[in-house]
Amino acid sequence: MKTGAPVAEGQQATPTAEPAKTNGRTRFVQRLWVVREIGIAAALGLLVLVTAIDSPGFLSAPSIRDVLLGASILVILAVGQTVVIVSRNIDLSVGSVLGLVAFATGKLFLAAPGTPIVLAILAGIGLGAVCGAINGALVATARVPALVITLGMLYVYRGVDHLWAKGQQINAADMPAGFLSMGTSTLLGVPVLAFIALAVVLVAGMYLHSYRSGRELYAIGSEPNAARLSGIPVGRRVFGAFVVCGGMAGLAGALYAARFGTIDATVGTGLELEVVAAAVVGGVAIFGGSGSVYGAALGALLLTTIGTSLAVLRIDPFWQQAVVGGLILAAIGLDRLLALRVANRLKGRSSHGA
Amino acid sequence: MAHDSLYAQPEAPAERAEAHAWWRTALTRWDTVIVVVLAAVVVVASLSIDGFASTGNAQFLLLDVVPIALIALPLTLIIITGEIDLSVASTLGLCSAVMGQLWLTGLPLEVIVVLVVLLGGLLGAVNGVFVTRFGLPALAVTIGTLAAYRGLAYVVLGDRAVADFPYDWTAASLSTVAGGSLPWAMVMVLLLACAFGVVLHVTPFGRKLYAMGNNAEAASFAGVSVATAKFWLFVTSGAVSGLAGVFWTLRFASARADNAFALELAVVAAVLLGGVSIFGGRGALLGVLAGVLLLGTVRNALQLADVSSEALYVVTGSLLVASVVVPNVVGMARSWLRRRRRAAPA
Repeated sequence: MKTGAPVAEGQQATPTAEPAKTNGRTRFVQRLWVVREIGIAAALGLLVLVTAIDSPGFLSAPSIRDVLLGASILVILAVGQTVVIVSRNIDLSVGSVLGLVAFATGKLFLAAPGTPIVLAILAGIGLGAVCGAINGALVATARVPALVITLGMLYVYRGVDHLWAKGQQINAADMPAGFLSMGTSTLLGVPVLAFIALAVVLVAGMYLHSYRSGRELYAIGSEPNAARLSGIPVGRRVFGAFVVCGGMAGLAGALYAARFGTIDATVGTGLELEVVAAAVVGGVAIFGGSGSVYGAALGALLLTTIGTSLAVLRIDPFWQQAVVGGLILAAIGLDRLLALRVANRLKGRSSHGA
Repeated sequence: MAHDSLYAQPEAPAERAEAHAWWRTALTRWDTVIVVVLAAVVVVASLSIDGFASTGNAQFLLLDVVPIALIALPLTLIIITGEIDLSVASTLGLCSAVMGQLWLTGLPLEVIVVLVVLLGGLLGAVNGVFVTRFGLPALAVTIGTLAAYRGLAYVVLGDRAVADFPYDWTAASLSTVAGGSLPWAMVMVLLLACAFGVVLHVTPFGRKLYAMGNNAEAASFAGVSVATAKFWLFVTSGAVSGLAGVFWTLRFASARADNAFALELAVVAAVLLGGVSIFGGRGALLGVLAGVLLLGTVRNALQLADVSSEALYVVTGSLLVASVVVPNVVGMARSWLRRRRRAAPA
């Protein structure tokens, strides 16, 4: 679980090196990390290109819509996860929170069929945020490792879901038509869900990039002790990150209910590792301090597109997961190479007294 | 180093440690606590739940915990060195799928078992190379191989199941010592546990594992070959997961690509519940075995008591959260009391 120290520091120091002094060194570093995101975008483009050359139907409007629809929920989860991971934490409970909120949304409509859609979604975000707040409070106040706490809460939330559902399944017929159509309908040919995901990505991206507390998350992830000594309220920031991540999982849960219409207590099982994988493929360092939500969103999009592409290319669908695994390994290998180059470059500069 | 400073440890309780008698230290150790809890659960369940204490039930309880107990042994060592292996369940699945495919080709089962365990070791070696040679974080690497190995299992066997294993082999996987309730498979686990226990707690190599977990850099300056040790731990983890795959396949008489799907988090939960620190450097094998048995016993008792098996999720999760929160809160409360006592005039 421990990365090689010098390189990891070089890599993690990058985003915090940004304010004020934009000297050559930081510009180089920034460029390199933009390259990282362009890299995933290029991989995604190449995948789409190859698939499209083989079967032009892949670029048809319905096909693109399917891919975007499939990716939206994973993108939202990956954004929340990124906010937590950059602060050198992790939230493994997102799959369970998604499942719990999806079921709660269905229950809400069963109990009060007239609930406005916006209110139902807000309720979902709220419930998710409460789950996130429990995770955050345990991590920040009891000061215990996030991996352990959220692994425990993964089971707790899932168990609560099961105890509540008692084997019940909620069907599309139990939910208002307007809510369900939001899950599949399109605006200008683009799924509504994709617009929501895009809005989430942009807002979170702006927050992490330009707001003080967003920058502080990177500082905490780079070196928690230094962050604490420099007066950053580490506990409060980490707590906030978990609330955001829970809220995003809640939003994803409500959207899941709208999109699939059929919900039981097993919804979202095993999703947590896929979400972490999307963030890692997107260049978010697993031990915090670097990475962006744009990268994570591209990672989620890439993982979803692979599934569709393989099917279109008539490759045995059983290969999909193996390819995803290979991609994760390639992505972290690439990050390591980039980090080494950054470290060398920084070393070179400082030895010349720059 | 990386992330160990992340969740500040409770302010060092060490200063007063020497004031405690050895028996007080022993009684407040986490593995002792968990053994006592396990004993209490067994006693209460035997007294209050019909059929819990029967020979047959004990046999199935023990059979159920064998795969988790097996995989938990090497995983304990890996976590003590500060690494993690999340690919164990996928390794089990891939080994099971390959076992089925090889059986279809008509190889004798003795040969297949050896090959499958070797394959497990090889899969572990891949993890080891990524972590120790390329210096990549084990958490990310093994999430990658978790997906990759499970994917390869599907590539090998698709969604088919191979079920026509010879009866003497499948029966052997269930057989018990003298027809009692102790399965031979559990005996194998206990023998392996003794071997791992000796390596971890008696040999210098074991001490080095703790040293690595506490501070890999310092350990390597002190002449410990960190990379080599970690590499072989990953190989061991893979091989034991392969062995667990053989047992799983025979026990359920079914080789499938989705065998033991998502078991990795259950194993990690059992190890952490057993008192092993996720940051490495702390933990004991006895506590882990007790943790594995505790989870298995609670599940079994709940099922017999007709509590929906889903309630187990809540119990597992709460136990895990409590296992890290309670000692920390107690530690914080102690240091707060100490500070108050010091601040008060004598």
